[in-house]
Amino acid sequence: MEFYQSLGLSPALSLDPEDLKRRFYERSRQWHPDRFSRAGAEEQQRALDMTSALNDAFRTLRDPVARAEYFLKQNGMELAKDAPPELLEEVFELNMALEELRGGDDSARAPLAEAQERFSGMRAEIDRALADLFVRYDATRDATALEEIRRALNRRRYISNLVKEVEKELNVHVAD
Amino acid sequence: MSTLQIDFGSSKSRIVGIDLGTTNSLVAVMELTGPRILSGIVPSVVSVAPDGEVVAGSQARDMLLTHPERTVYSVKRLMGRGLADIQEELKLFPFHIAPSSESVLKLQLGEKVFTPPEISAHVLRKLKRDAEAVLCEPVTQAVITVPAYFNDAQRQATKDAGRIAGLEVLRLVNEPTAAALAYGLDKRKDGIVAVYDLGGGTFDISILRLHEGIFEVLATSGDTHLGGDDIDNLLLHIALEDIQSEWGEDLSGDPGAVQLLRRRVIEAKEKLSFVPKAIIDMEYGGRRYQREITLEVFDKLIQPIVDRTLGPCRRCIADAGVTVEQLDEVVLVGGSTRIPLVRSAVEKLFRARPHTELNPDEVVALGAAVQAGILAGDVADKLLLDVTPLSLGIETMGGLVSKLIHRNSTIPASATELFTTGVDGQCNVLIHVVQGERELVKDCRSLARFDLKDIDPMPAGMARIEVRFLIDANGILNVTARDLRTAKEHSMDVKPSYGLTDDQVEAMILESFSKAEEDLRERQVREARIEADAIMAATDKARRSDAYFELTDAERAAISRAVNELLVVYHHDNYLLIRSKLDQLDQATLPLAESILRGTRIDA
Repeated sequence: MEFYQSLGLSPALSLDPEDLKRRFYERSRQWHPDRFSRAGAEEQQRALDMTSALNDAFRTLRDPVARAEYFLKQNGMELAKDAPPELLEEVFELNMALEELRGGDDSARAPLAEAQERFSGMRAEIDRALADLFVRYDATRDATALEEIRRALNRRRYISNLVKEVEKELNVHVAD
Repeated sequence: MSTLQIDFGSSKSRIVGIDLGTTNSLVAVMELTGPRILSGIVPSVVSVAPDGEVVAGSQARDMLLTHPERTVYSVKRLMGRGLADIQEELKLFPFHIAPSSESVLKLQLGEKVFTPPEISAHVLRKLKRDAEAVLCEPVTQAVITVPAYFNDAQRQATKDAGRIAGLEVLRLVNEPTAAALAYGLDKRKDGIVAVYDLGGGTFDISILRLHEGIFEVLATSGDTHLGGDDIDNLLLHIALEDIQSEWGEDLSGDPGAVQLLRRRVIEAKEKLSFVPKAIIDMEYGGRRYQREITLEVFDKLIQPIVDRTLGPCRRCIADAGVTVEQLDEVVLVGGSTRIPLVRSAVEKLFRARPHTELNPDEVVALGAAVQAGILAGDVADKLLLDVTPLSLGIETMGGLVSKLIHRNSTIPASATELFTTGVDGQCNVLIHVVQGERELVKDCRSLARFDLKDIDPMPAGMARIEVRFLIDANGILNVTARDLRTAKEHSMDVKPSYGLTDDQVEAMILESFSKAEEDLRERQVREARIEADAIMAATDKARRSDAYFELTDAERAAISRAVNELLVVYHHDNYLLIRSKLDQLDQATLPLAESILRGTRIDA
């Protein structure tokens, strides 16, 4: 859990964003290479290593999803690559509509926009559920909570990609 | 160095801040009262006089009219680029590309051939000399600004230019970030600030969060080939067509005429920032061309250019994760932001009246000086946290890009990847590193190819080489590889896709010395005199301190004698002689320096 160490934290899934930011600024002031420009080569290298580790850690931990993915990975858990089975039917319909739009059928636009809204809503819902799961896991260190988080993240990643794809297609065909 | 021993406290030689602009360059330094511009504006123009002497600055700008084929301007547009990507540039700018420019771009000025970093180095040398003349001390270290949207190759080329000019480039700072530093906006309050920087040849937009002296860049975007130059070329083109229909003569093939007209066009453009109409007025070959241009017509002409800045602005706001309403201030930087249409476009987009208190031509150099102060440890309460403008990735199967470090990541930033072999006995692994946002390698900017070589023969997939990609605080990529089985550093060959290899830069540094041996001797004399000035000033000051009276009579006499002897040889043109007397004074003042040092310690 190197990223947590960089920020002087013990590993946890829910973090206070303000506290995180404060730690980041504090450590940046201390370790930024600008503070060591007249130091020896060894010290400069250390400042560079410390700061890049700090920046990488802050970038990952401040984003709840990236943070949870990192946390799982450190616990030896990988995210799945295939579609969550409960979404298959809807995804199939969505892909049909996308094909139609690409083929120039503008009547596909309305159902796509609607689907985009629905999936965005699902994503927001997952984010709320994740926040609760984070608190639960931190309190209990319960492995089943971690497994639930993994499933939620799988779903979220998949939905997120769908939203992005639909967004892209809708925008591309507006520009035409 | 002598001054270091005596003038304890403000001892180390100063770090200058340099704005190396497309059109103009400036040098500044941090003083106790704040940043100060050290000399006048130096046009970023370089010319080779008929006698072979290379000149930079206003003298070179004048030679644009008399010797256009031996003179080059806007060379910043060529930094870190290859022959293939400057075809558009070549249509608009009179760059004389030398033969054999395939691997590294070269320019022909008269009988001499230079790479873009060497041209920039001439501008930097001029700034260095100007700074030394004002500061009365040698200048060897600098902070140089670059457009925030500069890619790795463009940054590396700028750093190379510094090295060729004899400057240790301690940091490359992004221009909009430097401007934010110069404004000292952090003193007013914490908040979110947008910096809109439209210069001679580049456009940048950056959004920063200010928090207790920390300037944290949230996102940056831009276009490294968009600026006042484009407006000049547009007007120039129109005027040339005009002249052709009026005079029945095409002047576009006459470099002298084109440069004169370009100057007149720029004058008219600049006037239109203050008055509602201006005249492009040129006399050439006994004929006169006059054309009135109103602000209304001007606005219509340049609207498409101004509009090109809006896309990056919107993307930057989105990337920063803020809304327009959350922006507390907007700062304008770069000469082109004097144009009324640019100002109104910015006001409309950001819904805020922009800051224009500081001279937009000077603000970047002032900010570079503040950053130099931060590096020197003189400015302890400020810190810049900048980002990388472009995503960094590696080529994977099928010409796809796998992104390792995303754009707008705070730098230094790093990523590690594990590489192995795909075939039994394979001895090399090639890694192709690119920069850009697109998914296909061919749409991104190739940075370099790294060859992990001399891998011990073993079955496929057994090798374990960990490669670390690190973007440093200058925004420049550093790559290291480690063999995980032996835990040893793994060697590799680096082939930069554009720009110079380390050896080439070293060769240029040597060449720039040997070619100008006269120049070198002269410089050595000048530097020796500058050092003599500094040590004598420091000695003078120290002689008024209590410590001086604690010395023995013999020690005091030795100092007086050494000062007199240095004065005698001061105007001699043998720098070795000056140096020997300098060293003598240095030795003589050692007891004094020690005494001051003791005194300071007791006081403290």
